[in-house]
Amino acid sequence: MRSLGKLIQIEARLFLRDPMTFIVGLLLPTVVLIGLGAVPALRERSEDIGGQRFIDYFAPSTIVMAVGVIGLTNLPVVLATYREQGVLRRMRATPVAPAQLLLAQLVVNIVASLASALLVIASGRIVYGVPLPQHPLGFLIAFLLGITAVFALGMLVAAVAPTARAATGLSTILFMAAMFFGGVYLPRFMLPDAVANIGAFVPPGVQSLLDAWTGTAPAAIPLVAMAATAIAAGAVAARVFKWE
Amino acid sequence: MAIIEVQDLVKDYGSFRAVDGISFEVGEGEIFGILGPNGAGKTTTVECIEGLRSRDGGSVKVMGLDPERDGAELKQVLGIQLQESRLPDRIRVGEALDLYGSFYRKRSDTDRLIEQLGLGGKRKTPFGKLSGGQQQRLSIALALVGSPRVAVLDELTTGLDPQARRDTWDLIEQVRDSGVTIILVTHFMDEAERLCDRIAVVDSGKLVALDTPAGLTARVSEEQRVRFRPSADFPDALLLDLPEVTRVERSGSHMVVSGGENLLQAVASVLARNHIVAAELRVEQVSLDDAFVALTGKSLQN
Repeated sequence: MRSLGKLIQIEARLFLRDPMTFIVGLLLPTVVLIGLGAVPALRERSEDIGGQRFIDYFAPSTIVMAVGVIGLTNLPVVLATYREQGVLRRMRATPVAPAQLLLAQLVVNIVASLASALLVIASGRIVYGVPLPQHPLGFLIAFLLGITAVFALGMLVAAVAPTARAATGLSTILFMAAMFFGGVYLPRFMLPDAVANIGAFVPPGVQSLLDAWTGTAPAAIPLVAMAATAIAAGAVAARVFKWE
Repeated sequence: MAIIEVQDLVKDYGSFRAVDGISFEVGEGEIFGILGPNGAGKTTTVECIEGLRSRDGGSVKVMGLDPERDGAELKQVLGIQLQESRLPDRIRVGEALDLYGSFYRKRSDTDRLIEQLGLGGKRKTPFGKLSGGQQQRLSIALALVGSPRVAVLDELTTGLDPQARRDTWDLIEQVRDSGVTIILVTHFMDEAERLCDRIAVVDSGKLVALDTPAGLTARVSEEQRVRFRPSADFPDALLLDLPEVTRVERSGSHMVVSGGENLLQAVASVLARNHIVAAELRVEQVSLDDAFVALTGKSLQN
């Protein structure tokens, strides 16, 4: 336990010391939301999106971004680099299993995603009056299942990528897909219905987040899909993960 | 008393037999060298001792523990330095030692370790900003941070400058004097000769010799050579008549006299009696290098 605590502490410091993870992972989603909100038209109610303000409608997409940057790009690339450089192998030569280093990475990255999401919610609320999630329990469930599915996919990339470069390539593809379906590149009301519908099932599940944010209980089937993705990807990752 | 026992160790990589029936014992407090050309199976052998690889045959016991079955317990008392393993670029020297120290029930005095390895001024330097030699010294420190009873050091001084190598050798001797048994994997002859009590010469997965450094060279040849430039010319027979001399050769103005024990004394007294001065006198002995080439048919420095 003492070594796990130390590992979490050191991995957290390393996370914060890397300007890329710190700026892109923790701050960028909030910067994007604040930046878009600075455009007056985006703070007005629009018939295109059922009378909502764009800024309110877009907030869940910035959460998708926060979770995606950290879980789909940072996590797998760090782990693949650790494998490639022999950091995991070095751990195997100690009494502490390298699985603890994986666990420490998961804890640090999950906490960072939570922090990034909270920063989005808080700054949206304070700066532009974006309402807090109206269905808090639903939001919490949707967020936790979504983040679990994303992190399981990130672990799967870390497990199958033979090198850090391969991990970077694979995770970029997954990240871009998640951002596209999550309405980060184009707002979802501008996407064809079929694409927008698929987006409900692509982790972390932007539709569930949006529903819960605006006060409706998130639909069950997309939530089940998130749980299934998490279990399937996590199980495969655990099975094929190599330490060296 | 043997602290490490390796019996008929076998390890296959697919159809390639990397280690082919190696056996040896290491005594407590010994510095035991494993010497061999690249790809000889040195690293695989020690990885089976460390429990980092599962063996395909034979038995291994370290302090009575089986590295595969009792891995976690063994690693509490086993310090390991790996070839080519890095740390995250942004971790600082002090943090790395503190972190790795927390993995062990009994940890060394890290401040002393840092000083001994000449990293005192680098505590706050990130791993990625250290020179190759400093990274190597940190990896030695990490191998010793858990107060090990046995330390396995793989290519200990690779990447170190001559001064740092000598300092590291001194450190290893200090560590041994404190009662730690050391296995040293190396392809440096001078290192093996200077540090090791006994050396296992490994080639193509097999143990080809196991002896003290002096024993290994003696095994190949007892021959000595004396080379000098005589102040005056004289017939070879003068020296060939000596029972100690087996051969006399001339190379330019130099003479090279080969023979057995006490060669130098015998040659010097004959020359003195004949009032010949031997200038640029040098005695050449069979080196561990020569012994290695004779045993394996290969040279280490390639």
